Amino acid sequence: MSSVWTKINHLDKRWIYLFVLLAVALPLILPINLPLSPSGPVMSFYKAIESIPKGSIVLISNDYDPGSKAELYPMTEAVLYHLFKRNCRVVMLSLFPAGPPMSERAVARVTEDLPNLQYGTDFVNLGYKDGREAVLVEMGRSIRSAFPKDYRGIPYDSIALLKEVENYSSFALVISISVGYPGTKEYVQYAQGRFNLKLLAGAAAVSVPEYSAYYNSGQLSGMLTGISGAAEYEELIGRRALAAKAIDAQAIGHMVIILLIVLGNVAWFVTKGKKNHE
Amino acid sequence: MKREIPLAILLITGLFMIFQYFVPHYAISDIASKIQQWAIIITSGAALLGIANLLRVSLDQAIARKQDWMYKWVVIVSLVVTGVSGIVGGIEPGTFFNDMIYFHMYTPMASTMYATLAFFIASAAFRAFRVRSWQAWLLACTALLVMLGRIPFGKMIWGDFPQFVDWIMNVPNTVAQRAILIGAALGAVATGLKMIFGIERSWLGGGD
Amino acid sequence: MSELIGLWIAALLTVFILSFLYKDNPFYKFAEHLFVGVAAGYVLALSWHNTIKPNLVEPLFYQGEWILIVPMAFGLLLFTRFIPKMSWLSRWSLAAIVGIYSGLAVVAIAEADFVTQIRATLIPIWDQTKWTQFSNQPSIVHFIHLFTNFITIFGLLTILFYFFFSVEHSGTWGLIAKIGTGLLMVGFGAGYGYTVMTRIALLIDRVVFLLGDVIGLL
Repeated sequence: MSSVWTKINHLDKRWIYLFVLLAVALPLILPINLPLSPSGPVMSFYKAIESIPKGSIVLISNDYDPGSKAELYPMTEAVLYHLFKRNCRVVMLSLFPAGPPMSERAVARVTEDLPNLQYGTDFVNLGYKDGREAVLVEMGRSIRSAFPKDYRGIPYDSIALLKEVENYSSFALVISISVGYPGTKEYVQYAQGRFNLKLLAGAAAVSVPEYSAYYNSGQLSGMLTGISGAAEYEELIGRRALAAKAIDAQAIGHMVIILLIVLGNVAWFVTKGKKNHE
Repeated sequence: MKREIPLAILLITGLFMIFQYFVPHYAISDIASKIQQWAIIITSGAALLGIANLLRVSLDQAIARKQDWMYKWVVIVSLVVTGVSGIVGGIEPGTFFNDMIYFHMYTPMASTMYATLAFFIASAAFRAFRVRSWQAWLLACTALLVMLGRIPFGKMIWGDFPQFVDWIMNVPNTVAQRAILIGAALGAVATGLKMIFGIERSWLGGGD
Repeated sequence: MSELIGLWIAALLTVFILSFLYKDNPFYKFAEHLFVGVAAGYVLALSWHNTIKPNLVEPLFYQGEWILIVPMAFGLLLFTRFIPKMSWLSRWSLAAIVGIYSGLAVVAIAEADFVTQIRATLIPIWDQTKWTQFSNQPSIVHFIHLFTNFITIFGLLTILFYFFFSVEHSGTWGLIAKIGTGLLMVGFGAGYGYTVMTRIALLIDRVVFLLGDVIGLL
C-alpha cells in the first residue's frame, strides 16, 4: 500500500500538468452551468454604479496587459455594458502601455449590443500615458494637461464629451481595473483621499487580499474579485458572458488544486511514516 | 559637483512635492502641475532607455555570438519591426500594429506565458505545500476555505459559505493586510525621507 | 484571410510557449525571445504616440512651449549612461525622478496606508447592531460577526507587536506575537487561495482560445 503512496509522491509533474489541463478543458466542453451568487464587495460595486445619476460621466482606468486579460477584460466589457445601459458616458485611459487596445476592443464588443453609441459623445479612449503616479496626481488638477490628445491623436478640445471633463471632480465614479503597478493601489494612495474620489476596483484575484483592507476602510466603494467576481457581476447585470462561461472550469480547477494539496500531504505523511519506521 | 548637484536636485524637488500637498495655493499647484507634466516626459525617457539597453545588450550578444546568439536576433528584429510599424503605421484598430502584432502575437504570447503558471502552482501544491506546523495548518485551511468559498460548490455545501469567506476576507485577512500596509507605509515614508535628505544615496551608484 | 493567418500565428505561438511544460526546446526559446522583442517594441510605439509626441514634441516644436526643453534635456541625460565618461550626468535625471516620486509618495502613502488604515481601526469593540442581527437570526456567520470589531482592533495590535523586535517574544509577549503570526497566516492563506484563482483563470483563457477560437469545439 505504501509503495502506491511512494509512487504518488514521486509522480512526474507532467502528469499533474495533464490532469490540470483536463480538469479545465472538460467543463468547457461539457458545461454544467453552476449557479452564481454575488459576494459582498461585488454587490457594493453593482450598487455604486446603480446609485449614480443617469448620464453621469465615469472614468475607467484599464491598467492591465494581455497577461491578465483573462480575468480583467471580462470586467471591462461588463462594466461598460452596465454604464452604457444606465446612459452613462465613459472616459477610458490606461497606465499600462498594453491597456488601450483592450479598451478599444471592449467598446467595440459592447457597441455590437448597444449600437447607437458614438465615439466622442458617449465614450472616449484617452490611451496610455507614461508617468504613473505623476499622471494620477496631475489628473486631480487637469486631465487635459496630462492627456492633450486621445488614443487616436484627436486633440482634447475637439472632443465633445471632454468639454465637460476638467479633472476628477467631473466624474461620478472612478473605476480602476488593474493587475498591479500602477493600478488600484496607486489610485487609492495618490488620488482617492486627496481628491475625494468614489473609487471602485476591478481586481485581479491575486490583488484581492491586499485590496480588502482598502475596501474595509471605505477607500474602495466596491470591488470585483477576480474571475468569480466578474462572473457574479455579469449575473447581476443580466449579461452572462466571458466570465460566467468560465466559472464551471474555474470551480473544477479549484477542486483539483484542493485535491492535489490534500493528496500531496497524505502521500508525504504516509511515506514519511514509512521512512521513520525504517 | 558629480554628487552634490544631483543631491540638491533631489532635495529641492522632493521637498517641494511634499510642500505642495499641504499648500493648495494656485501659484504652488501651478508649479507642481508643471513638474508633474515634466515627470511624465522624463519617465518616458527612462522607458526608452530600458528599450535602448535591451537593444544594445542583445546586439552585443548577437555580434559576439555568445550562447543563444541567434535568438538575440529574434529580439532585435521583432523589437525593430514592432516599434517601426507602430510609429510609422499607427497604433489604432485596423493597423498592422494593432490587429496583427498586438492581438495575434503579443496577446497570445503574454497570456500563455502567464497561463503556464497554473501548471506550476498545481505542481507546487502537490509537491511542496507541506503542512508541517500549526502556522502551515492555518495557512492551508484558510487557502482551502477561500478556494472553496469563492466557487459555486461552496454554497452547495453550506448555504452561508460565501458569507463566511466574505468574513474571513473582511476581518482576519484585512487585519493581516492592514498591519502589512502600516508597516510598509512606515518603511516607505522613512526611505523616501532618507532619500530626499541625502542619507540614503545608493541610487547614485558607485564612482564619484 | 489576414484574420485567419493571424489566428494560426496566435495558435502556433501559444503552442510554442506551452511546449515548455514538456521541456525546454528551441520553439519555446524562439517564442520567448519574440515576446521580449515585441513587448519592448510595443512600449516604444505607444510611448511615442501617446506620450512623447503629444506631451513633448508637438507642444515644444509646433506650439513653441520652449520650457519643455528642460524635461527633454533631463530625459536625454539618462542616455549618458551609455557613455562611461559622461554617465555621471544621468544622475541629474535620476535625481529629478527620485525627488518627484519620493515627494509624492511620502505624503500619499502616509495618508492612505497609515492614517486612513489606523482611522479604520478606531471603532467600538462591541457592535450592538451585530448582536441584534444575531439574536434575530442566529447562525454561525452572524455569531462570528459578533467578534468582528474585537478581532479588527486587537488582531491588528498583535500583528504590529509581532513586527516589533525591541521586546523579546517570550512568555506573554510570545503568546501575543503567536496570535499575530496566526492572523498573518490567515492573510497569506487567503492570498494563496486567490492566487490559485488568478492562475486557473489565465489557463482557462488559453484553453478557450485553443479549443474555441482555433478548433471551434466550444
